[in-house]
Amino acid sequence: MTDGILPAVLGRFEWQSLPFVRAWEHPNASEIVGAGAGAVVIIGAILVAALITRLGKWRYLWSEWFTSVDHKKIGIMYIVLAFVMLSRALIEGVLMRMQQATAVNSPGFIAPDHFAQLFSTHGTIMIFFMAMPFLTGLINYVMPLQIGSRDVAFPVLNSVSLWLTAAAAALVMASLVVGRFSTGGWSGYPPYTELAFSPGVGTDYWIWAVTLGSVGSTLTGINFAVTIYKMRCAGMRLMRMPLFVWTALCTSILMIFAMPPLTVATALLALDRYLDFHFFTNDLGGNMMNYANLFWLFGHPEVYILILPAFGVFSEVVSTFSSKQLYGYTSLVIATAVITVLSFTVWVHHFFTMGQAADINAAFGIATMAIGVPTGVKIYDWIWTMFLGRVRFTVPMLFSLAFMMTFVLGGFTGILLAFPPLDYLAHNTLFLVAHFHNMLIPGLLYGMLAGYHYWFPKAFGFRLDEKWGRISFGCWVLGFYLAFMPLYVLGASGMARRTQAVFEPSFRPWLYVAGIGALLLAGALASLFVQLWVSVRDRKANRVFAGDPWDGRGLEWSISAPPPEYNFAVLPQVNSRHPFHDGKRQDDPYAPPRAYEDITLPRNSMTGPAIGILAAAAAFGLVWHMWWLAIIGALAISAVVIARSFARDVEHTISADEVQRTEQRWLRAAANAAPIPRELEMTSANQGLAEVSA
Amino acid sequence: MSADEVRQAGLELGRNDLLTHEQAGSAIFGFWVFLMSDAVIFALLFATYGVMLPATVGGPTPADEYKLVPTLIETVLLLTSSFTFGLASVAMKHGASRRQLLGWLGVTLILGIGFLGMELHDFMIMFSDGAVPSRSGYLSSFFALVPLHGLHVFFGSVWIVVMMVQVLTFGLDARVKVNLQRLGLFWHFLDVVWIAIFSVVYLQGMIQ
Repeated sequence: MTDGILPAVLGRFEWQSLPFVRAWEHPNASEIVGAGAGAVVIIGAILVAALITRLGKWRYLWSEWFTSVDHKKIGIMYIVLAFVMLSRALIEGVLMRMQQATAVNSPGFIAPDHFAQLFSTHGTIMIFFMAMPFLTGLINYVMPLQIGSRDVAFPVLNSVSLWLTAAAAALVMASLVVGRFSTGGWSGYPPYTELAFSPGVGTDYWIWAVTLGSVGSTLTGINFAVTIYKMRCAGMRLMRMPLFVWTALCTSILMIFAMPPLTVATALLALDRYLDFHFFTNDLGGNMMNYANLFWLFGHPEVYILILPAFGVFSEVVSTFSSKQLYGYTSLVIATAVITVLSFTVWVHHFFTMGQAADINAAFGIATMAIGVPTGVKIYDWIWTMFLGRVRFTVPMLFSLAFMMTFVLGGFTGILLAFPPLDYLAHNTLFLVAHFHNMLIPGLLYGMLAGYHYWFPKAFGFRLDEKWGRISFGCWVLGFYLAFMPLYVLGASGMARRTQAVFEPSFRPWLYVAGIGALLLAGALASLFVQLWVSVRDRKANRVFAGDPWDGRGLEWSISAPPPEYNFAVLPQVNSRHPFHDGKRQDDPYAPPRAYEDITLPRNSMTGPAIGILAAAAAFGLVWHMWWLAIIGALAISAVVIARSFARDVEHTISADEVQRTEQRWLRAAANAAPIPRELEMTSANQGLAEVSA
Repeated sequence: MSADEVRQAGLELGRNDLLTHEQAGSAIFGFWVFLMSDAVIFALLFATYGVMLPATVGGPTPADEYKLVPTLIETVLLLTSSFTFGLASVAMKHGASRRQLLGWLGVTLILGIGFLGMELHDFMIMFSDGAVPSRSGYLSSFFALVPLHGLHVFFGSVWIVVMMVQVLTFGLDARVKVNLQRLGLFWHFLDVVWIAIFSVVYLQGMIQ
C-alpha cells in the first residue's frame, strides 16, 4: 500500500493479516489450524446470527437481555460468556497437549509462533474471560437474592461492566480472524512485549483486551461492595450474611484494590509501545522489574479473587447437602478476611529468581506459607460440616469433595514452591504449570460448576440432568489427574514450560498420558453441553417452580424458581443466619403477606451495550493504528456517559395488582406441590417443596 | 430513617433535603470507593516515579526542569478552586439562589482552566528544553504521573460544565444534587493528589 487514504483508514492492516490468506500462501498444518479457528469464529457468528434471525428473536434479545439491567439476567449473560470462552480456551489447551505429545524429537504440527499464541490466549482467556465472568455472573445472580435485595446498588453500571468484559472477549476472538494474538504469555512480560521484540498487533490485542476487562472488573468490585454494605435487608447483620456473600464481599474488595495495578501495568506498557516512553525498555533507564512488581501486585490477589467465591459456593453446597448448618461460621469468615489481607503480602513469590536479596525472598516465602493456615481452617470446617450430617452425593457435592482432596494436594506443592531455594530449581518448569492448574481447576472451576449445578434450578426453574452431570464430573476429575499429575513429574525432571518441541525421549510416555487427560477434559466440557441439552429437553419433568429443591437455608430459596423480576414481593426481615431454614420450621413461609405494594425498578438502558460496542471499536482502532476509529470511539463513549447523566425517566413501576397475580400463581403452585423428603430430591417427584423435619 | 443519621462521609444534605439525603447513601459511598481505587492508581504511579527518579540517563534532571513560581501559582489556583467548590456545595445545601450556585461553579471552572493552562505551558517549556518522555525513564514516569492528574482536572472541568447545564435544565432535582456531591468529592480529591505531586515531585525535585 502506498501513502494516501488507505493507510489512514486501514492503519497497519494488510491482506496477510487474515489467517485465510496466510494459509493460502503457506499451506502448512499450523497455518491451516489457525485459518480453521478463524473460520470457526466467523461461521459460528454467522450461524448464531442466522438462527436468531430465523427465530425472529433480535428484538426479544435486545429488549429483554442485552439492554437489561436486572442483576439476574446480567449474571446469566456473564456465565454464557464464560462457557463460550471456556470452550475456546479448553480446545487450545488440548491442542498444546497434542503438540507436545507429537513433538518429541519432531516439529509436531504447530509452529513455534502459533504455539506461543496458543499458550498466551489460553492463559489470558481462562483468567480474564472464563474465570472472571463466571464468578462475576454467579455473584451477580445469587448475592442480591441472598441479602434480600431487589438489585445491585448501580444496575446500569453493572450492565456497563458486563459489556466492557464482553467487548474485551470479542477483541480476543477478533484476533483469531484479523491479525494474530500476543506471544508474550498471559502475563505479558516486557521487554519481550516491547516494540523492539514484538512489533506486531498481537501484544496490542492483549493490552487492550486485558485493560477493558480490568476496568470492567474494577467497576464490578465497587458495585458489589456497595451493594453488600448498603443494601442488605432488615436484620441482615454482617455476621448473619451467608458465607457466599462474605466471599463475594472479600473478592470485591480485592477487585477494588488489585485491578488498578493491572490497569497501570498495561497502560504503562501501552505508553511504551505507542508513545515511545521508557518504562520497561532495555535502554534509556527503563526497568522491567517495575512491570513484574505491578503485574503481580495485581496477579496474586487475583488468585484469591478467583478462589474466594468458590470457597463461598462450597460452604453453601456442603452445608445444604449435609442438612447441617455450616460448622465454624465465624472461623470461616475470619479465614476469608485473613486470606484477603495476606493476598497482598506475597506477590514477590512469582519472581523469586529475578534478583532481589535472599532475605526479601525469605519474608515473602514465609508470608506465602502463612496463607496455608486460614485455608487449612476452611478445609477442616467443611469436613466438620459433613461430620454426622445427612450427606447426599449430588453433583455439586461431588465437585466439593473432589475439590477438597485435589486442592489440598495442590496446596502442598504450593508450600514446596514457597521455599525460595526449591523455587530456584522448579521455576519456569511444568511443575509450576501443574501447581497452578492444581489450584485453579479445583479451586475455581469445580467451585463454579458446583455453583452452576446448585443454583441452576433457581435461575431456570428446572433441575439439571443428574446422570450427565455425573459423567461430566467423572471426566473433569479423571481428566484433571491424568492431564496434570504427569506435569509434576515432567517439571521435576526439568521440562521447561511453554515448550513447542521436546528433545528428551523419556518424557514421551508422560506427555501421552497428559494428552489423554486433556482429551478427557474436552469430553467433560462436551458432557456439560449434552447435559444442558438433555435437561432443557426434559425440563417439564424436572420443574421446581415452588423454588426450594434442596431444602435450602438462605433467602434465595424462599422465592419462586425462576424468581420474579422484582425478587421479593415484600422485602424480607431476618433474625438469624438461616432465615429460610428457620422460617420453614417456625411458621408457614408460603403465607401471603398482608398487602402487596407497587414496586419500582430501574428501566432497561442502552448505555451498557453502547459503551461496550464503542469500547471494542476504539480498542480495535488502537490495535490497528486506525486512529480515526480510536478517537471516534473514545469521544462517543464520553457522549454516551454525558447523555446518560441527562436521562430522567429511568424507573418503571410494577403495580401491586401485577405483583399479587405473580405471587398468587407461585403460592398456588407451592400449595399444590407435594413436599418431598431428601431421598427423592433427585427424582421428578421434586417440585421444589421440601419436607420439613425438625 | 432520621435526618441526623450519618449516611456518608463528607458534605451531608441531612435535614435540608431528607429524601435526597437517603438516596445519597449508596451513591456517595460508591463514589468514595471509586476514588479509593483511583487513589491506588496514583499511589502506584508515585511509586514508579520514585523508583525511576535516578534514571535520568544523562538527560534533563528534576533540578533543571522544575520551576518554583509557576508550580506555586498552580497550587494556589487549584487550592482556591477547591475552596470555591466548597462554597458552591454550601450554596446547594442551604438552598441559596441558583445564580449563587452557578456563580461559584463558574469561578471553580475558571480557576481549573487557569491551572490547566499554566500546567500545559510548563510542559511546553519542558518539551522545548528536550525534556520529553522518550528521553529517559525518569521523564517517562514524570509524564505518566503529572499529566494524568491534569487529565483528571480536565475531566472535572467538563463535568462542571455538564452539571451547570443540568442545574439550568433540571433545577436541583435529586440526581443533580447527588452528582454535585460526587463532583465535589472528585474535585477535592484532585486537590489532595496535587498536594502530593507538589511536595513529592516538585519540591523534592528542586531540593536535589
